[in-house]
Amino acid sequence: MADENSSKTASVSQVMEKTEYKYGFKTDIDSDTLPKGLSEDVVRAISAKKNEPQFMLDFRLKAYRKWLTMKEPAWPNVHYPKIDFQNISYYSAPKPKKKLESLDEVDPELLRTFEKLGIPLDEQKRLSNVAVDAVFDSVSVATTHKKKLMEVGIIFCPISEALQEYPELVEEYLGTVVPIGDNFYAALNSAVFTDGSFVYIPPDTISPMELSTYFRINTEETGQFERTLIICAENSYVSYLEGCTAPQFDTNQLHAAVVELVTLDNAEIKYSTVQNWYAGDPETGKGGIYNFVTKRGKCLGDNSKISWTQVETGSAITWKYPSCILQGDNTQGEFYSVALTNGHMQADTGTKMIHIGKNTKSSIISKGISADHSSNSYRGLVKVNKGAVNARNYTQCDSMLVGDQCSAHTFPYIETANNSVQLEHEASTSKISEEQLFYFEQRGISRENAITAVINGFCKEVFKQLPMEFAVEAQKLLTLKLENSVG
Amino acid sequence: MSLLEIKDLHAGFEGTEIVKGVSLTINAGEVHAIMGPNGSGKSTLSKVLAGHPSYVVSKGSITYNGQDLLEMDAEERALAGVFLGFQYPVEIPGVNNAEFLRMAYNAKLVKQGQDEVDPLDFDEILDEKMKMVGMDKKYKDRFLNEGFSGGEKKKNEILQMAVLDPKLTILDETDSGLDIDALKVVAQGVNKLTNENNALIMITHYQRLLNYIEPQFVHVFSGGKIVKSGGKELAHELEAQGYDWVTAPAK
Ligand SMILES: Nc1ncnc2c1ncn2[C@@H]1O[C@H](COP(=O)(O)OP(=O)(O)O)[C@@H](O)[C@H]1O
Ligand SMILES: [Mg+2]
Repeated sequence: MADENSSKTASVSQVMEKTEYKYGFKTDIDSDTLPKGLSEDVVRAISAKKNEPQFMLDFRLKAYRKWLTMKEPAWPNVHYPKIDFQNISYYSAPKPKKKLESLDEVDPELLRTFEKLGIPLDEQKRLSNVAVDAVFDSVSVATTHKKKLMEVGIIFCPISEALQEYPELVEEYLGTVVPIGDNFYAALNSAVFTDGSFVYIPPDTISPMELSTYFRINTEETGQFERTLIICAENSYVSYLEGCTAPQFDTNQLHAAVVELVTLDNAEIKYSTVQNWYAGDPETGKGGIYNFVTKRGKCLGDNSKISWTQVETGSAITWKYPSCILQGDNTQGEFYSVALTNGHMQADTGTKMIHIGKNTKSSIISKGISADHSSNSYRGLVKVNKGAVNARNYTQCDSMLVGDQCSAHTFPYIETANNSVQLEHEASTSKISEEQLFYFEQRGISRENAITAVINGFCKEVFKQLPMEFAVEAQKLLTLKLENSVG
Repeated sequence: MSLLEIKDLHAGFEGTEIVKGVSLTINAGEVHAIMGPNGSGKSTLSKVLAGHPSYVVSKGSITYNGQDLLEMDAEERALAGVFLGFQYPVEIPGVNNAEFLRMAYNAKLVKQGQDEVDPLDFDEILDEKMKMVGMDKKYKDRFLNEGFSGGEKKKNEILQMAVLDPKLTILDETDSGLDIDALKVVAQGVNKLTNENNALIMITHYQRLLNYIEPQFVHVFSGGKIVKSGGKELAHELEAQGYDWVTAPAK
């Protein structure tokens, strides 16, 4: 079954050839899609096609068997028809976007959005999957960066490649933060994940650049079951950016990704996401992505830190709780979130901070914006174990309502097993009112700029955490989404 | 050509008429006062002039600078030089006061085909204007009107007027909430801003403000209409005798 992969080995120094080869490899896959449905045979086939080491197959099978015994969670505050897991193909180009000949074939609505976001033409082509030359452009860009990173010993590659090149690293850490049976979707992902990113930062290394899926979006089609693993060794630092702010019109309904982060002593990972997947028809709520993601970081080493920043503006349903396990002493977890819902979107998002080590600190800043008919829930757990003496948490949960058809909910949970804990919680609810917008307009400021100003003010603490360009795009995105919702 | 010409204006909320037939002509260089009891529709008139979307105009016309004002939305009116100092300025948390002022200032510059000013240059402009209306610099970094006292909010409105240098200014009850010293400073500022090329409408309940900003015309507003107009002596009569003698239904 795996014989077409027999030549699939390339040395790290042959990146260019390898990339070209992989392109061909991909074409092969496309013509060799597995039929719909999930079974043990399918799991074996996926692993075999990817020429994976034995441990990976065992991992997948264990996850699959576990998944069979599990039920979809019913506790999130979201509603959707039952997903038929036998009606999904688990191996094919995970996002079967049609290759288009020119921009003329692209949905004009999408192009307008690109324009508003100020994305250059080449980028537009690339994002709408138009031209092959653009793809090759990006490939060389990716390679340049890769070389620069390798000079300092940083590994940044698709996880499928890491399984070939650095299997022992993957084996050591995969599933240590999100165990295969953690939850229904994580188990499913563990069984069938197709690809994702792998990052290893060696000791005493500050990554010379921000790493981003952006660089490799075309070298690797990541799919509905994306798997990311980032390991930051002693005294190292990396900032990782995920996603792209352009809308990804996607035919898939279900995205069940898993992201695992591990920091060793004195290390720090900053993980930022701007998510703007297709949210479905704003009028009817039809279509759109179900974004059921498990993201978790483990501060394994002492004095290490993990910081999640997310700006969630898309998807029909979001179910996502980037979390931190503060295992080492003096470790820190942070969660900064802006979640916007409009149309008929539903979001149930938040975080979990699990305090295990001594003197651990966590802070949670959550900003929920709901507009139109949407529903926006914050769900957060702060758990302090017995040994976590002097643990501290600060939680701030603010909601903003735009219009009066939407709703905002907060579900903060606290579990503490020792009494040396210091917890602070603040919450507020506000509204963008017609009177406020009129005030701006009376001073000659456009509605659009008025909304931007109010939203930026509301989200300030979170935007501050994002790299500059990301912050600017996130701001534009929010304004774009809210323009028609106010008034 | 008059700066503003209101003819038989009827306006209000859907189904409720509040302004019931107002006609008023204002020329550049003039200062008018509109006085009248609470609930008579003065603020409604001011918001209709500014283009608040919640109000409907059922009858009449407003011409501003030769243009049909009712055809313009609030933003266009503002950019054309119409300024309303609100009776109750709304609080806008999260939006920095100085940044808000700069946005407004730049919107005007862009409208005039000029380049926007950066925060540093604007800071100088703002310092000067703040001095003019007697406002402490610390208000630059506050959120817009948030937690401002009644008087601070009013001063901030006048600061905005000073920054935007409008052609037609409507000040709705600017005097309420200001103590006498603040009132004097604010009035001085307003007087510096009025000239041959612009006009001012002061809506007020009391004569007090008119001691410091002298109107050439005083109008008594009652039941959604101007029931009497006169020179500044009318204000003194109102102060002495109350509104009843002009607002009583039958004479
Ligand atoms: N949102 C509203 N809906 C209906 N009526 C209103 C509203 N706001 C004000 N009014 C009414 O309009 C009338 C005029 O109010 P206003 O213009 O504020 O008077 P003034 O400024 O002269 O005190 C009052 O009777 C007031 O109750
Ligand atoms: Mg009033």
